[in-house]
This record gives sequence, C-alpha cells and structure tokens, in this order.
Amino acid sequence: MTYLLLFYEFFKTGLLAVGGGLATLPFLNDMATTRGWFTVEDVSTMIAVAESTPGAIGVNMATYAGFLTGGVFGSIVSVAALTAPAVITIMLVAKFIDKFKTSPLMQNAFTGLRPASMALIAMAGLGVAIPTFFNTDAMLAGDWSVAFLWKAMLLAVAIFLGQKFLKKIHPTVFILIAAVAGILLKL
Amino acid sequence: MKEKLKTLAELFWVFLRVGAMTFGGGYAMLPILQRELVEKRKWVTDEDLTDYYAIGQCTPGIIALNVSTFIGRSKAGLLGAISASIGFELVPLMIILVISVFLEGFSDNEYVQHALAGINVCVCVLILNTLLKLRKSTLKNAFSLVIFFIVFLLAALGKFLPFSIPLPVLVIAAALTGILAGQIKEQKKAKGGNTQ
Repeated sequence: MTYLLLFYEFFKTGLLAVGGGLATLPFLNDMATTRGWFTVEDVSTMIAVAESTPGAIGVNMATYAGFLTGGVFGSIVSVAALTAPAVITIMLVAKFIDKFKTSPLMQNAFTGLRPASMALIAMAGLGVAIPTFFNTDAMLAGDWSVAFLWKAMLLAVAIFLGQKFLKKIHPTVFILIAAVAGILLKL
Repeated sequence: MKEKLKTLAELFWVFLRVGAMTFGGGYAMLPILQRELVEKRKWVTDEDLTDYYAIGQCTPGIIALNVSTFIGRSKAGLLGAISASIGFELVPLMIILVISVFLEGFSDNEYVQHALAGINVCVCVLILNTLLKLRKSTLKNAFSLVIFFIVFLLAALGKFLPFSIPLPVLVIAAALTGILAGQIKEQKKAKGGNTQ
C-alpha cells in the first residue's frame, strides 16, 4: 500500500512540478507533513545530499525520499513515478511539434523561444556563478576584503583557457580536474 | 531490429555517463549533451537542444528528464525516451542509496565540500562556453538579441523583487512574441508587394 501511495505522490510531483529540480521541494515538504514518511528536517538533508551527488536534483531527492519511506524498492518506485509524467507529456508535445514543424506559425514561435531559452540557461549559470565566485554574506556585511573568492576566479580562468586551447578534451575531464583542484586549493 | 537495439544501448550508455557527471541538475548537463550529442554523434543540432530546453522548462516534469526524453524519442521513439531516462537516473540512484546506507554526513564532509566548490567553478565555465557556441545559431539578429536581454532581465529581477514572473510564463510570452513578429513581417511584406 505504501508503494502505491508513494507512486501516487511522486507521479503528482512529476506532473505538477514545472522547471528545475528544486520545484519538487514544496511537494516533499507537503509529503513530510501530510504523510509523515519523513520529517521536514529530513527534507533539508535531502537537498544537501541531492546537490552534492551527481544527477538531477529532483531525481536525487525522489530517490532519497523513496528510500526513507520504503527502502531500495521505495526509491525505485518514486523515481519511476517522477519520470512517468515527463515521458508522457514530452512524447505528446514532441508529436505535436513534429506535426506542425513546417508551419510558419510554429517556426515563428521558435524564433522567440530560442533566445528565451538561451536567457534562462544564462540565468541558471549566473545563479551558480554568484555564490561560487563571491562571498555574498561578506558582501552584505560590507566586508569587501573577503568578498571576492580569488582562488575560484583563478581556477575559472584556467579552465576557460584549457577549454579554449584543448578542444578535444571532454567536458567531464574538466569536471574531474576541477573537483581535485577544489580539494587541493581548499575552495 | 538489431540496429534498433544498438541505438537503444547507445542512448542508455550516453545518458548513463551524462547522469554520472552532471552536478547541479538540468542546466549543468547541457555542456556534456552538447559535446556528446551535437558535436560527437550529430544526433541533434544546437537549435534542437535549445528548443528542448525551452519546452522542457514549461512542460510538466523536471527539465533534465524532459530533455532526456526529447532526445531519446527523437532517436528511437518511446523506447528511446525510456532508455535515455533510465540511463540518466541509474548512477545517481545507486550513489544516493550507497550514501544513505553507509555514509552519514557525506554532504557535510570537508573534502566533498571543496570538491563541489571546484566542480561548480567548472560548471560555470562550461555553461559559459556552451552559451558562446549556441549564440551562433540562436542570437543572430536584432530581434533575438532583444528577446534574450528582456527575458534575462525579467528572470534576473525576479530574484530581487517581491513578485516574480514564473519562468514558463516568460518562455510562452517569448514564443507568442515570435509569432506576432512573424505576422507583422508578413503583413509588411504583403503591403510592400502591393505598392510595387
């Protein structure tokens, strides 16, 4: 029975949470209070773990929540339930797009969509960049001597140059190098 | 049949690696997708990828899964979509299970924190470089630049103002603006044709 409820709750989350993984957060809080499967404190642990492990944050939180509720099988159920609405809606939307691909109306819509999509990607990048390169707490306190995270900025320049001149190297290699650099530089 | 199985296995394998190396969610996986799917395999174009993100932002479900589904479907239909999604989820799922069973306090660990700080630096640079690449196919005229800056400003202001416009609304408004601009252009052309 728990598994069915778990499926229902995460299917609902997958259907109603639109956007990035953190959009699933209110639904998890809701589950904590109404179902009592885990506590609200557990939810903040989930965010910490979901952000510090690979994968999409929403999927990771569903895995953790499912595990707390129903063990390994629980986590598989919740991830499957979270995925199903995405697969169903995209299958339908993609079919629709294919059908009207050549229509001028659809093509005009895409001339507006593409730059908007770029803007949101840039915005997401900026959202990561600000806390990565600046100590926002120190800035707000007016302590400018520690406001700029120089080591992170220098690492960024090094990676940028590395990507520019070593085009063959896979992005994931840079991610691994950056992880090691982060530990060595105590970022 | 054999060809199809091969495609499914390849989708699964690509997304397995994307899932294992994505830190920070849907947008952080874009640089890896761009390298693996556009540059290396030529399965989709830069434009396709940009479209998938725009639509994935305003349809139900989290962006990472929506984009994976789009790509999997375009390559091998429903089974492709499922292969890509499962591939994407598998490694993270196993890592979380291991962590929640064996490694209490994993995310508070000092080394994990430093490594993540380094990874975040890299993700910023990778996203920047990907944007510079996508710019060539997407921001090629005044109209697209205007849309880009307006959406960027409105999305940025949302973080500082008491009210914020939901991102899907911005995306839909941009699409409607595109349609409107197309209509106006059409009409102008028709008028120009009449006077000649």
